[in-house]
Parts: sequence; C-alpha cells; structure tokens
Amino acid sequence: MIELIIPAIISCILAFSVVYFTTPPLIKILVKKNYTVKDMNKKEDVMVARPGGISIIFAIIVSEIVLYGFFQLNEILALIITTTAAFLIGYVDDRKVMGGWFKPATLAIAALPIIFLGAYDSDLTFPLFGDVQIPLLYLGLIIFMIPITGNTINSIDVLNGVASGFMVIASFTLSICLFILQNYEIAIVSLPLGFVSLAFYKYHKIPSKIFPGDSGALTFGAMYGVIAIIGGVEIIAAIALLPAVINSFLFLSSVKRVVEHRQIKGKPVEHTDDFKLKATNEKTAPVTLVRLILAGSPLTEKQVGFVIFKLAIFSGILAIITAFMMGVSL
Amino acid sequence: MKTGLYGFLFAMWGLIIIGGGIMVVLLGPFSIQQYGNFHWIITSGIKVTIALVLVVIWILILSKLKNYIFKKELKF
Repeated sequence: MIELIIPAIISCILAFSVVYFTTPPLIKILVKKNYTVKDMNKKEDVMVARPGGISIIFAIIVSEIVLYGFFQLNEILALIITTTAAFLIGYVDDRKVMGGWFKPATLAIAALPIIFLGAYDSDLTFPLFGDVQIPLLYLGLIIFMIPITGNTINSIDVLNGVASGFMVIASFTLSICLFILQNYEIAIVSLPLGFVSLAFYKYHKIPSKIFPGDSGALTFGAMYGVIAIIGGVEIIAAIALLPAVINSFLFLSSVKRVVEHRQIKGKPVEHTDDFKLKATNEKTAPVTLVRLILAGSPLTEKQVGFVIFKLAIFSGILAIITAFMMGVSL
Repeated sequence: MKTGLYGFLFAMWGLIIIGGGIMVVLLGPFSIQQYGNFHWIITSGIKVTIALVLVVIWILILSKLKNYIFKKELKF
C-alpha cells in the first residue's frame, strides 16, 4: 500500500502547489499583455485575466509525469496527451474565435491517443445489471466522450468560480468512486484533477482574478472524460456530471443545433438594477441551467453559484451510491 | 424550482440505471455467429443501432420529463 500512498501524496502536493504558485505571476503577465476580458456580471468595468488554462495544464502535466515515473501506465500517457491536446484546442479558441463545430471535431481527434495506446476496456459496466461487451460501439463512445465532457464543462463556465468549483466536487467524487471500486492506481491518477481545480478555485471564485478560458475548461473536461474511460467508470462519471449535462441538454434542446454561445442572439439572463441576475422572457434565448435557477426570483451571482454547487453535491451522492451499486448484481 | 431541479436530476439518474439495465439485457447476450470472420462487425453494427435507438428514446423521455417538471417555469 505504501507504494501507492507516496506517489499519491507527491502528485497531489505538486498539482495543488503548481497552480497555487504559478497562477499569481500568470495573472500579472496576462494583465501586462492586455489578455483580459470584461466580467459581464459586475456593475463596474472589471477586467479579468484570461486564460488560466496555462497554469492548469502545467500542473496536470507535472503531476501526471511524476505518477508515470512511479506506475509506467499507458493510461497516464493517454491522459497527458489527450488533456494537452484539449488545452491546445481551447487555447486556439481563446485567441481566435472559431466556429461551433471546431471544438467538438478537434476534441474527437484528441481522444484518439486513448485508442492507439489501448488505454481502455471495451466492457461498459452498469450498476445492478453488470457488464456489456461493446468493442466497436466503445470506440465510438471514446471519440464522443471527450468532446462531450470538454464542452459540458465549458458550457457551465458562465459565472465566477462555477467551472472550477464544480470540477472540485465532480472530480473528487470520481476519485472516491474509483477507491470504492478498488481501482486504486487510476484513483490516484485522478486525484491531481481535484487538487488542480481546488487550487485554481482560490483565484477563480467570486470575485474572479482569472478566468480559465476555453483552454482551462476544456482541459478540465477532457481530463475528466479520460479518467472516466481509463478507470472504466463512464456511467458514474456521467452521473457526477449531471448538473452540467442538464445545462448542455437544456441548451441543445432549446437551440436545436450545435452552436457557440457567443453566436446566440437572445440573452437568457439579464441584470436587475441592483445587479442581481434575472431570467429573461426572450423566446429566442436558450434555456440554460442558470436561467432555470433564476426562473423563481433574481439571485446574486454568488447565490446562483452555490445552487449549482449544491446540485453538484447531490449528483455526487448519487454517483457514490451508484458506485456501491456496482458491487450488487440482480 | 430548486425542488424541480433535484427531481429532474433524480429522474435522470433513474433513467440511466434503467437504460443501463435494458442495454445489458438486450445487448449483452446478443451475438451472430453464421457470418464467418465478419460476425463481430455485424454484431457490433446491430448493437450500435440498438444503442442509438435507446439513446434517442432516452432523450425523448427526458424532453417530456423536462417539459412536465418545468412547465410552470418554461414560459420563456
């Protein structure tokens, strides 16, 4: 057991401290280079540095390379390559506005190293009912999974601290589930994601000093998707991600096409005089999770964030229950 | 609204569990052997089709459920 504990501790400390100590200088550099965007939910003209994905990917690469030194798993290589590719795709989108299909198409390509390195098991495990062997279908699942998780996290990155805070809850839930299922090596491989998200949350929480940008959000989402595949916990991962999945589902079912958020004409949310968030009545605006939360009454940005976190905790509990159900067979 | 969201999450979870069960019961034992070396491609192709049909049904049920749970709020 000691051979697992030491790498786990080292990688977690590295993951947390790299983000914790590199983000403040990164913010200074980004501000100096004028890489800032307006925080749309603040009354004053607040400019926030972006993208924070640079410190996130740096921490992930460092901590996972250390883990590779200990375990020499192809799964870790696949994780590093796919996550780095997702970061680069996001970084391109941060610098230059790309079309709606750019991210899904390129993220699908980014998923290929998982297949080429054989870092997957084509059995899909369901709670209570057991496994189903789907060799060909599973290849499609891998190619779809990374764009879905990447874009799902990206679509929830709409308020200060939400994407990183949500990832803290979802990724630690996934790690707990992997420990419950006694998949210890992949559980340890998954831990840096939670610690990176936690350290980044310190700077991303309201009022944000830095935004993750598409590069950060896609890095979070892609790494989460890779862990789900290499850990064989696809169903559990989807359950832990349900609030974000609902957001994407509501968005797509109201817009009825794959489209960039910035291309949508109607505004789903507006501000009251005291700058609380309020759902609009615009028919052309997409239905989103935030809009649904605000349908009852206007709330502050912080309050909406906490509602999303509570939903994430609820999904996390359902995911942990599901992990326990994996051991039960009908 | 918040209760509705938790209800929707719970319903999605239930649908995933039930959908998974149907997948295992329908797709698990499914196999075709009489096409020589190509049997696994044909089997996989049929499994893909069934899985896609199940996903479409899952999305349709979810859409109906969304309209039912949020019928008061979804005036926009």
